[in-house]
Amino acid sequence: MTTPVLDVRDLQVTFSTREGLVTAVDGVSFRVDAGEVMGLVGESGSGKSVTGLAVLGLIDPPGRIAAGSIKVKATELVGQSEKALQKVRGKDVAMIFQDPMTTLNPVLRIDTQMIEAIRAHEQVSEKAARERARDALAKVGIPSPEERLNAYPNQFSGGMRQRVAIATALLNRPAVLVADEPTTALDVTIQAQILSEVQALCAETGTALVWITHDLSVIAGLADKVAVMYAGRVVEEGPVADVLERPIHPYTAGLIGSVPSRNKRGVPLAQIPGMTPQLSKLPPGCPFAPRCGYSTDPCRTIRPERTPYPGGRAARCHNPLDVPPNTPKADAARELTP
Amino acid sequence: MTDLTPHAAARPVAGPAAGMPQSAGRPGEAAGASDKGVPPPAPDKGESLLRRHVSSFFESWSAIIGLVLLVASVAAALLAPWFAPQDPYDLANLSIMDNMLPPGEIFGMGQTAYLGTDDQGRDMLSAILYGLRVSLTVGASSVLIAAVIGASLGVLAAYAGGRVESFVMRVVDLQLSFPAILVALVLLAVFGRGVDKVVIALVVVQWAYYARTVRGSALVEKRREYIEAARCLALPRRRIVFRHLLPNCIPPLIVVATVQIANAIALESTLSFLGVGVPVTEPSLGMLIANGYGYLLSGNYWISTFPGVALVIVIVAINLVGDRLRDVLNPRLAK
Amino acid sequence: MLVYLIRRIGQSLLVIAVMAVLVFLAVYAVGDPVAILANPEATQQELDAIAARLGLDRPLWEQFAIFVWNALQGDLGTSFVYSESALTVILERLPATMELAFVALVLSILIGVPLGVIAGLKPDGLAGRTIMSTSILGFSLPNFWIGLMLILLFAVELQWLPASGRGDTVDVLGVPLSMFTLDGLSHLLLPAFTLALYKSSLVIRIAQAGTREVMLQDYVRFARAKGLSPRRIVMVHVLKNMMIPVVTVLGLELGSMIAFAVVTETVFSYPGMGKLLIDSINRLDRPIVVAYLMLTVFIFVIINLVVDMLYAAIDPRVRLSEAKG
Repeated sequence: MTTPVLDVRDLQVTFSTREGLVTAVDGVSFRVDAGEVMGLVGESGSGKSVTGLAVLGLIDPPGRIAAGSIKVKATELVGQSEKALQKVRGKDVAMIFQDPMTTLNPVLRIDTQMIEAIRAHEQVSEKAARERARDALAKVGIPSPEERLNAYPNQFSGGMRQRVAIATALLNRPAVLVADEPTTALDVTIQAQILSEVQALCAETGTALVWITHDLSVIAGLADKVAVMYAGRVVEEGPVADVLERPIHPYTAGLIGSVPSRNKRGVPLAQIPGMTPQLSKLPPGCPFAPRCGYSTDPCRTIRPERTPYPGGRAARCHNPLDVPPNTPKADAARELTP
Repeated sequence: MTDLTPHAAARPVAGPAAGMPQSAGRPGEAAGASDKGVPPPAPDKGESLLRRHVSSFFESWSAIIGLVLLVASVAAALLAPWFAPQDPYDLANLSIMDNMLPPGEIFGMGQTAYLGTDDQGRDMLSAILYGLRVSLTVGASSVLIAAVIGASLGVLAAYAGGRVESFVMRVVDLQLSFPAILVALVLLAVFGRGVDKVVIALVVVQWAYYARTVRGSALVEKRREYIEAARCLALPRRRIVFRHLLPNCIPPLIVVATVQIANAIALESTLSFLGVGVPVTEPSLGMLIANGYGYLLSGNYWISTFPGVALVIVIVAINLVGDRLRDVLNPRLAK
Repeated sequence: MLVYLIRRIGQSLLVIAVMAVLVFLAVYAVGDPVAILANPEATQQELDAIAARLGLDRPLWEQFAIFVWNALQGDLGTSFVYSESALTVILERLPATMELAFVALVLSILIGVPLGVIAGLKPDGLAGRTIMSTSILGFSLPNFWIGLMLILLFAVELQWLPASGRGDTVDVLGVPLSMFTLDGLSHLLLPAFTLALYKSSLVIRIAQAGTREVMLQDYVRFARAKGLSPRRIVMVHVLKNMMIPVVTVLGLELGSMIAFAVVTETVFSYPGMGKLLIDSINRLDRPIVVAYLMLTVFIFVIINLVVDMLYAAIDPRVRLSEAKG
């Protein structure tokens, strides 16, 4: 087996707050190979965005990486100096964010913001950098890129801005791209375009893609594998088709059940009862137990460990769902794609 | 001109952000209670709220220092006739023989001039204590009057809306677009010197702040249910405005007014320094500083410096208290 | 835009008109200039003659009409003291005040922005908290007292800088300026610094709030994710965003700086139009006071108008930064 370009192990991120130390990410491990796409799924507050930021070394006080390891191309990032991290960010690991309206600096022209990204890592002339920026814009489908370089962000639509952000992030051909819900704020039609563009670009350059989202339907058509997070932990992981078709963890099943789809018209949408727990007040057992229809006594007292299952899958559950062997062959993954 | 001053006006309204009750309200309360060992909020809301404010006020050292200095200054000013070494304005007491004594010399009937004497042989310590009286009186009374006028107009504007509101706020904007110092200077040039005239000038330049502050909070309060309820009960308008609306706009007013006392004192001292403020017979701290200004260059520093120090102590003390009050009364602003 | 411009200019003219009435009425009540100008032993006839010469014997409304008519022609009366056109007397002193205000403005940015940025980057650090609490002092301490203390320190004790006057000037495009001579600069430094201290507190507050806000923006996070150095992020991304509110507010404050120069000029015996105002008030030189006030109102209205226009012109981006503020 080759070394993965991104290898996260037992990552633990804590925030010191007024109510004490809160563990936002607890023991998260995953690996992504070159050209592979991993979906990181969870509700807001599940720790998925914090995990993404941790990969870039962008956890600010009062937060910190308390334990674990993050290796990019076999280089350890945890514990590196800020200076060393600067050299990695934007070069080996890049990130794009949720709201394209705010990721670009409103008072700087597009060329400034793109060229600085190149020149932060390479000694190239302003002119050469500008050419690269222009080519990158053309590649993400921005018409007349030469002119657009001179524009300010507010002269672009939301979808166009996200394209600019993607082009900027990919300028230095990073080994890993972390995408933190980059399509959530966009129109559905543009979402789909951007999704396929990012996928194509990453495949072309062999960039490993970590796609953070709360939307399972996005993952279904995009990712190779998926990790589902709940309350700072990965509760289930595995190849995307398997996980969506036969979820092991009741939480994953709940998530799948709450996605609207064509085949369930007229049927009330399933909901997961209750609310996401406050991280500072996690129950001693399984954090999902209070909301879980399958919870038993051990769930409330003993924290479930990560248990591997065949087919490269794993889950943290005392009562894994028993998948009936004769489920109708409705391909859950395909059903979920919009 | 309305759009020129959006910052201060918009802040209080923008405060209560969406979704704050759950995340911001609860932990803050809980933390506040556990920090000080205060029992959880009692059902008697009014009293426990006050007690919580008071105890949270005393959490800050700088606020305590400010309060102590402020109380000491007020006490010194009030009690000046009893413990000042001399009555500095009873000319019979003054002896020209004692003029320009540096600090620590003996003057008059063998008393020590701890802070020196001025060109007329006046004990500076006594002069400062009496000057403090004038400064504090002018500051406090002008703020009180201006706050009453401004708050009434502000709450009226917010409640009445329409033309009344736009007229009042136009005048407020116009007033605030000219610097206080200039307006006060012209008014005093017109009126002439006098403690009462300084107070009037300070009221004129200040009322607009209160009108704007109170209108801001009244606009928020106006939409709350209890006003709706009062209207449904068909209570008279005046009662709704003054008994229901106004009291709920008081906390921000207190914060503005506290800090404004310091500003009023500073402005009064500036005007007196420029020679258009209080009369020579009732010198405030600013006037004492002006009197000593001419001697500063010749090395007799004490005549100007000590009244200045007293002035600064009072102003800083008020600001420390005001700053803490803002944090306590408006937890949303406390970061 | 054109409609807005016309409406705004109309409003400005209205403000000037209202202020003209107020100023005239107010100043009309300032003492009796005849008594000051005349010889103490003058007879009633002589007094009447002076009053007639100055036009003070006519009814109030007539005096006002004459005042407005003359003002429209740029004549704001003749100074009782200088026997010269009041406007000329003031305009002679305008460059000194403008120079003072301008240098103070620049100083307040040079002092305020770096301190504000430092305080904004580490709001809970020792430096940040010290800067912020010191800035409260800058706000609340009386400016004239700060001036006095600076004189005491730099002019009396250390004898580094002169305590009063304006020093040598050189004509630049026909305007006498002192900031280009060493002597003039040494005279300018203390008063400008005193005047700047007050505004730099304001700049510190705006810069600190702006920095804190900008640092939390997604585009700063994105800039960090691009691997930019903190230096570049602060110098380019943060500073450029923050300068919009700083410049806007300071533009508005230029007027109040001219007004505040009254105090500073008096403390430092600086021969600008602020000191002239105080002297004229004490000498009951009505036309000078009126001319000063009208000129100041005019400057204020112009500044407000220009800032409003700029607001409207750069609307989309300003609205954007407003919405975030």
